[in-house]
Amino acid sequence: MRHAKKRLIVASVLATSLVAALTGCASGTAGGSDGKNGELTVWTHNGGNVEELAAVQAIVDGYNKSQDKTTVKLQAFPQASYNDSVIAAAASGKLPCIVDIDGPNVPNWAWAKYLTPLDLSVDLDENLPSTLGIWNDETYSVGYYDVALAMFARKSVLAENGIRQATIDQPWTQAEFGDALEKLKATGTWTNPLDIGTGDVGEWYPYAFSPLLQSFGGDLIERDEYQSAEGVLNGPEALEWAEWMQSLATDGYIATKSGADSALDFQNNVTAIQYGGSWAAANNAAALGDDLAVMPSVDLGEGTKIGGGSWQWGVTTGCADTEAAMDYLSYSLSPENIAAVAVATATIPATDAAAALVPGFEEGGNLAVFREFSAQSAVLRPETPAYPFIATEFTKATQDIINGGDPQKTLDAAVTAIDANIKSNGGYTQK
Amino acid sequence: MAITEVASAKTAPTSAPHVVLGQKTAKKKRALGIGGYLLRIGLAVLFLFPILFMFVSSLKPDQQIFGDLSSIAAFLPIGNISMDNYSAVFDRVPAARFLVNSIGISTITVVAGILVNSLAAFALSRMRVRGKTVILTLIIATLIVPFETLALPLVWWVNQLPSFELTELGFMFSKGWIDTYQVQIIPFVANAFSIYLFHQYFESIPKELDEAARMDGAGWFRIYRQVVMPLSGPAIATVAILTFLPAWNSYLWPLMVVQTEELRPVMVGVQYFFQLNVSWGEVMAYSTLITLPVVALFIAFQRSFVNSIASSGVKG
Repeated sequence: MRHAKKRLIVASVLATSLVAALTGCASGTAGGSDGKNGELTVWTHNGGNVEELAAVQAIVDGYNKSQDKTTVKLQAFPQASYNDSVIAAAASGKLPCIVDIDGPNVPNWAWAKYLTPLDLSVDLDENLPSTLGIWNDETYSVGYYDVALAMFARKSVLAENGIRQATIDQPWTQAEFGDALEKLKATGTWTNPLDIGTGDVGEWYPYAFSPLLQSFGGDLIERDEYQSAEGVLNGPEALEWAEWMQSLATDGYIATKSGADSALDFQNNVTAIQYGGSWAAANNAAALGDDLAVMPSVDLGEGTKIGGGSWQWGVTTGCADTEAAMDYLSYSLSPENIAAVAVATATIPATDAAAALVPGFEEGGNLAVFREFSAQSAVLRPETPAYPFIATEFTKATQDIINGGDPQKTLDAAVTAIDANIKSNGGYTQK
Repeated sequence: MAITEVASAKTAPTSAPHVVLGQKTAKKKRALGIGGYLLRIGLAVLFLFPILFMFVSSLKPDQQIFGDLSSIAAFLPIGNISMDNYSAVFDRVPAARFLVNSIGISTITVVAGILVNSLAAFALSRMRVRGKTVILTLIIATLIVPFETLALPLVWWVNQLPSFELTELGFMFSKGWIDTYQVQIIPFVANAFSIYLFHQYFESIPKELDEAARMDGAGWFRIYRQVVMPLSGPAIATVAILTFLPAWNSYLWPLMVVQTEELRPVMVGVQYFFQLNVSWGEVMAYSTLITLPVVALFIAFQRSFVNSIASSGVKG
């Protein structure tokens, strides 16, 4: 028994010493930030997105061949969990040198000091404004492409029901849109003739529905100081938007929770009109051919508005070789590289020079319409670190409104929550 | 004859209600039996249909999956059936690698979990430990803290731990377990519920067996290894399944601590299909692939699993 006790004590002392020694050694060789020893890592949200991942990998391979100072490695994460992975890595000091970021999150990541301002050797003036991530007058990110929102319908269905096909110069007005929905509903062919993607509760809600709010004249937050949503998210225009959104559901024009895939439902004629992203255009065109009508979003009073800002690239603050990271990014932004990614992803190229190289996006091309939508109507989601919180509150409020919640009370509650969050974070001014 | 007739006549009026009652009871029993079977079949169908839908949909193209949704065709392998989604899965995701990773991670977690938790439970059940009731209560109390609450502090903690690495320069120490296999295994080896389950089961094994073994000169570890554990088959099977399932289904944790694709487990792979245009057929094919090992494991251990849940439930 005494021996056993002695053994236990000796073992405990040994184990404690070992752990202490190892921890001591470890503290001597710090975890190490990326970019050391001529190697830097690029993180992308394209895990599983075969085409875009291959296009980005080709850029990386091209850069590695073009010089022998730095070797770039690409690490892909699935999009749905990408932000969580980045935040966890930031918390443990394991961020890579280069990350890609969903546009509206750039101010938040810059504020949290994940990102450092870009210092590139290429001119970014030519880029679509929505492909740049700017905060506090500094550019923190740049994208190869943007996406756009559109209304998809069957030309034959529009013609049969005496509905005009909307154009960029003459989008549907609110009254015209209401009339079209009434006619389509009256045919009895579709339970809900319009699909606006109410079943997709991710970033889709603020991306797709805040432009409708802006088209009414409201907004997510005041854009001078970005300190309050009072009067813009719960003012008369916003209330009008909320009541209109609710009426779409109560009149049976939309489902309060749409199907899992709006594009497939549209292609299967479950719905007559799809309010969706430009990324659905290729599949819709493949399914419907010439019968597909691609139209701008509806003008609800203040002109047609669509969301702006897609995935962009930024350099992290912990990068041990920011010069190499900036050099890689500059290389990657050549028109050829941008065009290659746009071809692979069927997205809108960020620059005119790249657009000229992408079949369909050249002037007069069949996809050029999306570039026009983006150039004419894109409104960036608020460039404030508070955006992730605003997006969550807006999503909750919109869901409540669509499901029958009192519009004014719901908007007021969202405003209260947003303002409180901004206040509790010291106005999100730079730390 | 007459006596018999009289006897029959006498007994007839009294036995008739018995016969009727017996028939009624039998009928009632039969009805209940049929009802029970119908209920069971109904429940089986209820639980089976999502799996059937998943498998059948994995054989169809996306447009057909959605086209069939409003009819019974959603559950039937009819129309444009092929294995295309399965081959596409392997183009989109390193599925084989993810499967191997998950099998490895889950197996090691299960084996280590059985060893560590049974040893802890054995100590609490058999050895003289001061305040062991308090210790057991504290262990059980940890069950009320959800993992999501612990996740971030745990990330910080594992990032402080020293790590060994064999490089060209020899053995190197570095800081942090982030992006390793061990970070996906070791935090989940010790498990409060497994300790509780083993403890309850060990309590049902007569202590006289230990005493007999001690008389024969056996020490604590020998009693554990040769007396208690061989009698704890159902508890081991239950702990194996209850440890395997969360290890196999692990999603949040690997998402936070694994950066390299080669180290990821199967559940993270599900997200690879949720791009702007979702490939539903491939989602179903991948889901079918990663469900098969779990179903196989359950079928293999079904009897022990049910037995142990039933017995620990009665005691617990």
